[in-house]
Amino acid sequence: MDIKTLTTPLSEEAVASLNVGDFVLLSGMIVTGRDRVHKYLFSELPLPDEIPFELEGAVLYHCGPIVRREDAGYRLIAGGPTTSQRVEMYEWRIIKEYGLRGIIGKGGMGEKTLQAMKEAGCVYLHTISGAAVYLADRIKRVVDGWKVEEFGAPEAMWLMEVEDFPAIVTMDASGNSLHKGVAEKSMGVYKELLGGGA
Amino acid sequence: MLKLKDGIVELYRKVATSLPSDVENELKKAYAAEEEGIAKEAMGVVLENISLARKTSRPICQDTGVPTFFIRVPRQLSQEEVRSIITAATREATEKVPLRPNAVDILTDRNSGDNTGRNIPVIYFEETGEHVLTIDLMLKGSGCENAGQTYKLPAEEIGAQRDLDGVRKCVIDAVFKAQGRGCPPYTLGVGIGATKDQVSVLAKRQLLKRIDERTGDERIIALQARLLDELNRLGIGPLGFGGKTTVIGLNIDYNHRHPASYFVDVSVCCWANRRGRLVWG
Repeated sequence: MDIKTLTTPLSEEAVASLNVGDFVLLSGMIVTGRDRVHKYLFSELPLPDEIPFELEGAVLYHCGPIVRREDAGYRLIAGGPTTSQRVEMYEWRIIKEYGLRGIIGKGGMGEKTLQAMKEAGCVYLHTISGAAVYLADRIKRVVDGWKVEEFGAPEAMWLMEVEDFPAIVTMDASGNSLHKGVAEKSMGVYKELLGGGA
Repeated sequence: MLKLKDGIVELYRKVATSLPSDVENELKKAYAAEEEGIAKEAMGVVLENISLARKTSRPICQDTGVPTFFIRVPRQLSQEEVRSIITAATREATEKVPLRPNAVDILTDRNSGDNTGRNIPVIYFEETGEHVLTIDLMLKGSGCENAGQTYKLPAEEIGAQRDLDGVRKCVIDAVFKAQGRGCPPYTLGVGIGATKDQVSVLAKRQLLKRIDERTGDERIIALQARLLDELNRLGIGPLGFGGKTTVIGLNIDYNHRHPASYFVDVSVCCWANRRGRLVWG
């Protein structure tokens, strides 16, 4: 299997060279964000300088980690992906407003996000669902957190440094989606199994 | 009762950091069945993650779920007392294992930070004539919890009438709708009966059974076997990448129903089907 290596922040060219089915290893800084972060960014649209981390060219990881607070800072215990579809109503605006180049998550996203990715130059990187320990071992450190008290640790935005973090491109910047393909294929079998009921 | 608390903290650790052998065996079979490609690669990482979590005593998945207890309590033991021990054990386990704090207040949106809150953990008690206390703990991630569905039959949109074939269609519909969003290969629990609340709990209880359990009415066993084959024909595959194994097992149970009602609930569980039992006394 061919492996492509990527380093954040991602350029438009790097994103454009990725295709559905590519296996990638990502290194550099990434930020996390899930339900609360998306609702907040979408509704309040804070200015980039009100957010402590750079989002231009950034990769946003849909993840609510287990983080332990220690004297020296934060330690990550487990950090796999959360279901991306829940932020489908928000993501298109966040990609466009803040200039994200990559989304890491699981389960894929819908048409609105696919369209925004095509227009703005962004890809969806599907990592290994549930592999929280394996992935935590590829997160070198938690640098800092934003909204930790207000949103709670699982919902905060965390800045993390990753090394050789594995993912598969399942939605690319040309409008292709592996998830659409799987759904269409299963639709045929589904209709057959329901015997014309659907 | 201090020792019971310690036992429950240990149960939390065991359930969060390791999978039951029947589940792990089915996942190994799923890995072996896939052809070379991203689904097989992904299953390889899933298996490595399981062994790494066990070895290093860290939670398999960062989503340690809504702690859900199914308890068989002897007559002489107070449920209130057991509940308060569970609450204390939950606080301690959240800190020690650690678990992810998952209890969020509806009105303030504040996370309690220790997995306790209004009716959290979820506890179902059943009184028995036995002399031992039996505690089953389920830590089910909410990605798959969100993938569950409840049906009222007849459901014309899926051609489901009030019979076992209608139930079959509900289960196929639920998995089709879930696609890869709830972390397949899935284990399913299905409950059939008279009321919406009853079938949801019945479906969830099925997830406590061994996934290879084949007891009960032969019509139900036959339906389970047929569904396992049909669901895997959907081709959603490991993690939704497309492939041979979408579901590794399912259990169905039923209650009597009302003439006007025929409810079916499908509880979807991710590959990290975490459950464990403590027998006390």
